[in-house]
Amino acid sequence: MTINEIQDEIIEEFAFFDDWMEKYEYIIDLGKSLPLIDPKYKDEAHLIKGCQSQVWLHAANEEKQVDFTADSDAIITKGIIALLVRVLSGQPAEAVAHSDLYFIDKIGLKEHLSPTRSNGLVSMVKQMKMYGVALA
Amino acid sequence: MATATKNKRTNKVDFDKIRKDFPLLKREMNGKPIVFLDSAASSQKPNYVLRAMDQYYKKLHANVHRGVYQLSQEATDAFEKSRRLVKEFINAPSEKECIFVRGTTEGINLVASSYGRKNLQAGDEVLISTMEHHSNIVPWQMVCEEKGAHLKVVPINEDGEMIMSEFDKLLTDKTKIVSINHISNALGTINPIREVIAKAHAKGIPVMIDGAQAIPHLKVDVQELDVDFYTFSGHKMCGPTGIGILYGKAALLNAMPPYHGGGEMIETVTFEKTTYNTLPHKFEAGTPDIAGVVGLGAAVEYMQKIGHEAIAQHEHDLLKYGTAELKKIDGLRIVGEAKEKASVISFLLEGSHPYDVGTILDKLGIAVRTGHHCTQPLMARFGIPGTVRASFAFYNNKEDVDKLVEGVKRAARMLG
Repeated sequence: MTINEIQDEIIEEFAFFDDWMEKYEYIIDLGKSLPLIDPKYKDEAHLIKGCQSQVWLHAANEEKQVDFTADSDAIITKGIIALLVRVLSGQPAEAVAHSDLYFIDKIGLKEHLSPTRSNGLVSMVKQMKMYGVALA
Repeated sequence: MATATKNKRTNKVDFDKIRKDFPLLKREMNGKPIVFLDSAASSQKPNYVLRAMDQYYKKLHANVHRGVYQLSQEATDAFEKSRRLVKEFINAPSEKECIFVRGTTEGINLVASSYGRKNLQAGDEVLISTMEHHSNIVPWQMVCEEKGAHLKVVPINEDGEMIMSEFDKLLTDKTKIVSINHISNALGTINPIREVIAKAHAKGIPVMIDGAQAIPHLKVDVQELDVDFYTFSGHKMCGPTGIGILYGKAALLNAMPPYHGGGEMIETVTFEKTTYNTLPHKFEAGTPDIAGVVGLGAAVEYMQKIGHEAIAQHEHDLLKYGTAELKKIDGLRIVGEAKEKASVISFLLEGSHPYDVGTILDKLGIAVRTGHHCTQPLMARFGIPGTVRASFAFYNNKEDVDKLVEGVKRAARMLG
């Protein structure tokens, strides 16, 4: 599936939620089930510091395709990371570099990707795209 | 100020009525009536203050201390009236010792930069505590680095209280100034500043107090405290943002070099040499935040009308009730349980990150602060990434506390 096909799939899934509680319960579950980052990458070099929560991001490339693993100390942040990884991991580096992540806004989680929130997510998305540029 | 009145029969302040003075508290957040529990970061503003600032701009505005025309004189009168109100509010000996600054941060920077640069030498020490806000750490670090002086830090115990026996040991002949907060923003601890000041003075060491958190809650009398510098922000005591006060003893202020150069702070200027104005103008370069000053004066009047005693009692009741109710929640740990405490409750839910708890509370319309509260060394001392902090002002009520407790329970269920 392409990046946009996955985004559309997520938007469709989120349309089933009746209220914010259901949505956040789902995100929290995603956070709990995110495959763990290899502990050796949970170091200073892979850390994206936020004022509120911290994020660790690792990228591996295989034949111009980028595979992301990530983690956060906050579970809601981690749940959103799980969505970002689902959308961008395994995609061609070129596509990652030029991706437009419209699904975040569409599923009503824009506030978590606001620079003022300072949870590390904005910098993480930027970092993911940079990996895309570097590995393309 | 019709609403901030006391019931004549019981002499009790009607806090339900006072709550109505704050228009913002009528709004919603995320579709729910707002429960504002972040007054330690910044308080909301009553109509009385908003009106004073509006009226100033509509009827009085002109630059101060400059014009010969009537309007400028009236603006200057309004500006200087606020200084008088502040002087009385903190019982300063003279208005000249009350300097308008942008806030607590600028007050500390002014003293660190001006007093610090003049008086610190290589090997000297500045004494602070573990529970200082970054704004009472970094300015001292900067001047220490420049001068080759050292920052010494008084440790705290598990309850979040300064260990006074350690303070005694750290207060030495090398100490050139002590700078401590009156109340910790992250823990709510009320520090024993009388003891700190007395012990420092016994060795001839001046003391600066960061009063940002204390001024909205306690009666501060700078003469009774015999404090050398006391600084606070207007926006935490119902006043506007961008204005605050640095009180300093005249003898100290007079001996200090100016902080900023510009208009207002000069006596005569030639290209060869400038002589400086007298206090307080020496430290007030440039056109000041006149509307802010007028708003601060109104905030002082408003707070005084209610009375510090009634405010402290009401907030203490909320603190006691909130602490007891929150403690009933399984896995909730309160960070900072000093015996003397202001209406701040910092807490953690076992296994949950403060950001997650804060996010769910936000969805429920409850505004709390999460994170390190600009006290990273303090969080490191407790070995935690941060806390969730609920802080209560006199316009909060028991219902706000109940909503917080319900919200935290819901967060615990969702995150657990």
